Amino acid sequence: MLNSTLKQLSALLAQKKLSSVELTQSYLDRVARLNPGLNAFVTVDADRSLAQARAADAQIAAGKAQALTGIPVAHKDIFCAKGWRTTCGSKMLANFVSPYDAHVVERLNAAGAVILGKTNMDEFAMGSSSETCFWGPVKNPWDRTRVPGGSSGGSAAAVAARMAPVAIGTDTGGSIRQPAALSGICGLKPTYGVVSRYGMIAFASSLDQGGPLAKSAADLALMLNVMAGFDARDSTSLERPAEDYARALEAPPTGDRAKPLAGLRIGVPKEYFGEGLGSDVGAAVEAALAQFEKLGAQRVAISLPNSGLSVPAYYVIAPAEASSNLSRFDGVRYGYRAAEYSDLADMYRKSRAQGFGAEVKRRILIGTYVLSHGYYDAYYLKAQKIRRLIARDFVEAYQQCDLIMGPTSPNVAFALGAKASDPVQMYLNDIYTVAANLAGLPAMSIPCGFGEGNMPVGLHLTGNYFAEAKMLHAAHQYQLATDWHLRQPAGTE
Amino acid sequence: MSLSLPEVKRIAWLARIEITDAEAAAAQGQLNDIFKLIEQMQSVDTGGVAPMAHGQDVVQRLREDRVTETDQHAIYQAIAPQVENGLYLVPKVIE
Amino acid sequence: MDWETVIGIETHAQLSTASKIFSGAATQFGAAPNVQACAVDIALPGVLPVLNRAAVEKAVRLGLAVGAQINRRSVFARKNYFYPDLPKGYQISQYELPVVQGGSLPVMIKDVAKIVKLTRAHLEEDAGKSLHEDFHGLSGIDLNRAGTPLLEIVTEPDMRSAEEAVAYAKALHALVRWIGICDGNMQEGSFRCDANVSVRPKGAQVLGTRCEIKNLNSFRFLEEAINYEVRRQIELLEDGGSVVQETRLYDPERKQTRSMRSKEDAHDYRYFPDPDLLPLVISAETIEQIRSELPELPQAKRERYMRDYQLSPYDAGVLTSSREVADFYENLIQALGGGYKLASSWIAGELFGALKRAGLEICQSPISSGQLAGLLQRIQNNAINGKQAKEVFDAMWNGEGDAEAIILARGLTQISDARELEQIIDGVLAANLKSVEEYRAGKEKAFNALVGQAMKATKGNGNPAQINGILKKKLEG
Repeated sequence: MLNSTLKQLSALLAQKKLSSVELTQSYLDRVARLNPGLNAFVTVDADRSLAQARAADAQIAAGKAQALTGIPVAHKDIFCAKGWRTTCGSKMLANFVSPYDAHVVERLNAAGAVILGKTNMDEFAMGSSSETCFWGPVKNPWDRTRVPGGSSGGSAAAVAARMAPVAIGTDTGGSIRQPAALSGICGLKPTYGVVSRYGMIAFASSLDQGGPLAKSAADLALMLNVMAGFDARDSTSLERPAEDYARALEAPPTGDRAKPLAGLRIGVPKEYFGEGLGSDVGAAVEAALAQFEKLGAQRVAISLPNSGLSVPAYYVIAPAEASSNLSRFDGVRYGYRAAEYSDLADMYRKSRAQGFGAEVKRRILIGTYVLSHGYYDAYYLKAQKIRRLIARDFVEAYQQCDLIMGPTSPNVAFALGAKASDPVQMYLNDIYTVAANLAGLPAMSIPCGFGEGNMPVGLHLTGNYFAEAKMLHAAHQYQLATDWHLRQPAGTE
Repeated sequence: MSLSLPEVKRIAWLARIEITDAEAAAAQGQLNDIFKLIEQMQSVDTGGVAPMAHGQDVVQRLREDRVTETDQHAIYQAIAPQVENGLYLVPKVIE
Repeated sequence: MDWETVIGIETHAQLSTASKIFSGAATQFGAAPNVQACAVDIALPGVLPVLNRAAVEKAVRLGLAVGAQINRRSVFARKNYFYPDLPKGYQISQYELPVVQGGSLPVMIKDVAKIVKLTRAHLEEDAGKSLHEDFHGLSGIDLNRAGTPLLEIVTEPDMRSAEEAVAYAKALHALVRWIGICDGNMQEGSFRCDANVSVRPKGAQVLGTRCEIKNLNSFRFLEEAINYEVRRQIELLEDGGSVVQETRLYDPERKQTRSMRSKEDAHDYRYFPDPDLLPLVISAETIEQIRSELPELPQAKRERYMRDYQLSPYDAGVLTSSREVADFYENLIQALGGGYKLASSWIAGELFGALKRAGLEICQSPISSGQLAGLLQRIQNNAINGKQAKEVFDAMWNGEGDAEAIILARGLTQISDARELEQIIDGVLAANLKSVEEYRAGKEKAFNALVGQAMKATKGNGNPAQINGILKKKLEG
């Protein structure tokens, strides 16, 4: 059961060989057993989860089951869920019980999925290691002395350790894909605007996008089917016809069955294989590319000349938006308020100084500075122009190829604490992932081997706008031919 | 470019985050390291490039002028630090 | 030294929409605290703004009414600052690219016309309210008003006196109500002015340092605040001091402006385009649609009244002071089939006088335009004289029915029969020989006395014009 796909679980539920209550309880038991060592979940509420499971069983009994009915899903603690404490990994929201549901949560609930619990994350999604959490760091299930990646590290660790069949996360600069890579699972960030941001606590509004984390591309597709969709409450939500991503996976290969990816042109940017890339990661990615060629894909050398500027531009734009987005946390209407203060300004300053952690404060300061008088043009405006150059690089590239592939992260998971005191080293972890957010493109990570310390390596795929189905199809075909995605960390049986 | 200590304190004030001298000094070093990374942006000529605010070139959708919300203030104020008679309370506001 | 005052006005006009600019909460005035503050208005984590179509359309309406450029593409920006009545820690406004740019407003200062140029008008959201009473030294925050749509209308520094500033503010106030974008209720804060005031030596080219006086919510306060501020600045400068650029508040009790403490520290609003909102694009079709729905504007109406009805600039101005007045006038002259000047003088005279005494607006007038037309018709066809008409008017005001019924009930018929009048006048002349002699000796005043006696003899029912004619003929004949 632990390595079953969502489709298999659904079938078991539909055939009544398993009830949602049994399935949910079995995962709750695993969380109770494994979580103390991994710290992937921050809130578990068995009563609520089981109540949802019972409702799902009733739906199944009534013959009203949908693709996710009865399936437990782990929610990153950034999604507001009515009645659930929603902390965003912060002391600021340690006692915040959401009075409403995010759009994604509404859709999952409506599809019959069960909220298994809320997962740990870098505070306000600011981090690449899940170490900046108010609730303590998340441990990597493959090696508990290492980080699981971040910011959706709790969701990634939960799926990797089989504490949840599937999870949801958010990705502002790689926060789904990088932890998926470092934890040996799959993660997808859709095209900006495909998943509503309503109820997803904002980090950087023009970059944030929700998406699924799962063991396989096929599971990602089923999740995306439910998560994607227009929402009138998000001005940036796109109105487009619904797509069945799962059906696209099954698309029968035309011609040679041994070469299901014939005709697919894979762009390999030379900039992603230069200085800074770990040789172990490089080797695993090369092997994966060779496998794709075996499946019929054609490898095309491309260039993304401005990719080196994506991290600098990202670390201007994301903190700038964040500094403003986080101004609402002022201790007036909800959230943390300092116990003692002398006046109004002091209440703001103390509440925010005590309620936010070091990394969040650092990014608020960066963002405040780059927007401040006299610096706006040199930093914020400049970054927005570079953003366009980066997006143009992709437009050029997609004239030559259909998907772009490379490493998700330059190295395998690093040791807990290794980069905690060096923000620049931490930020450089995002070097291959932030460009997709800046350009608004869909991207994903899938496991493609192991590197140093027998830690998982992720392969990064970037598609053109709305090319989720194409990406998922390619990833699924790769997973039919390989078994990296089926590996499970030792000690999580 | 590098940030001075008074600048660090000024932005902390603008952001309404209390900062001790020691914290400001530590932040100054870290911020300057980060700005060294950011400064790489200045190496490219962006003359004539239009700034890009969103991933896609789409326009604002408009909502019809209808009242869709009902009174929920009791629920919202259940999670507020300090309320009285339906009002959020804060230290005296001086105009 | 002679000083010149320079004034620019920023007006916040609350757009009369049912729901807020970025949320579906109601905008009604006077609700209990925070019951109209929804999740978006109180800025719960994760909520997002969506723009109200009606707010955009009303902004375009104003832009078209002042002959401005409607920017086909405009952008919403965040203005960042911390204040408890500002739940998000930023106000969504428009900064670099406002929806309306340029335009102008014609203003009458006494009988002199002046054009006040507008810089821009932009959409933004209102803040909540801080209440300072009765919270044991704390302030209470009510966010019902947070998110109410505002149109901020900014002029060039075109005005040169408090009188001009007030005339502009009144013209704008009339216009926003005229085109139906704002209810103009100043007590409720629907129309608030900030005045940017500076002085400079007469003839100087550069502007002096200005002070911004915030939140003036009556025309009287606007005038008093500017006059005080001008005196204060001139005194400062004449004493060798200098004006500090700052935000000030007007205290109507003391009739003084004072520095606003909360605005003391230099603001750095860190404006940037709001990433939660996309560029606002307004199509040419939308603009044309809104243009086609615009009513005839006050300026055009005023000119038409002067040209087609031969009204004086003053009368035309009075009749176009609001859309309700103009509608009343037009309904009246339509019912009369003319009588432009008669209708004008009755509205501006009797009707306005009575409304003012009763503290009523024209839309609350107990006399309808149709009823007044009934009365004016009797005057036009000489059925009653002026004095009688006033009596009928008062009776109509008191609800005694239409003009015809009142005239009948009170037997108010004018004596226009020449033979009857001649008989009466003969009697008057016989009884007032002294006046007759005086008149014949060249004393014009004596004639008026005789007219008075004749009117008295008809019990006020004589036709004054006829009496005049008969008297003259008899005295000179």
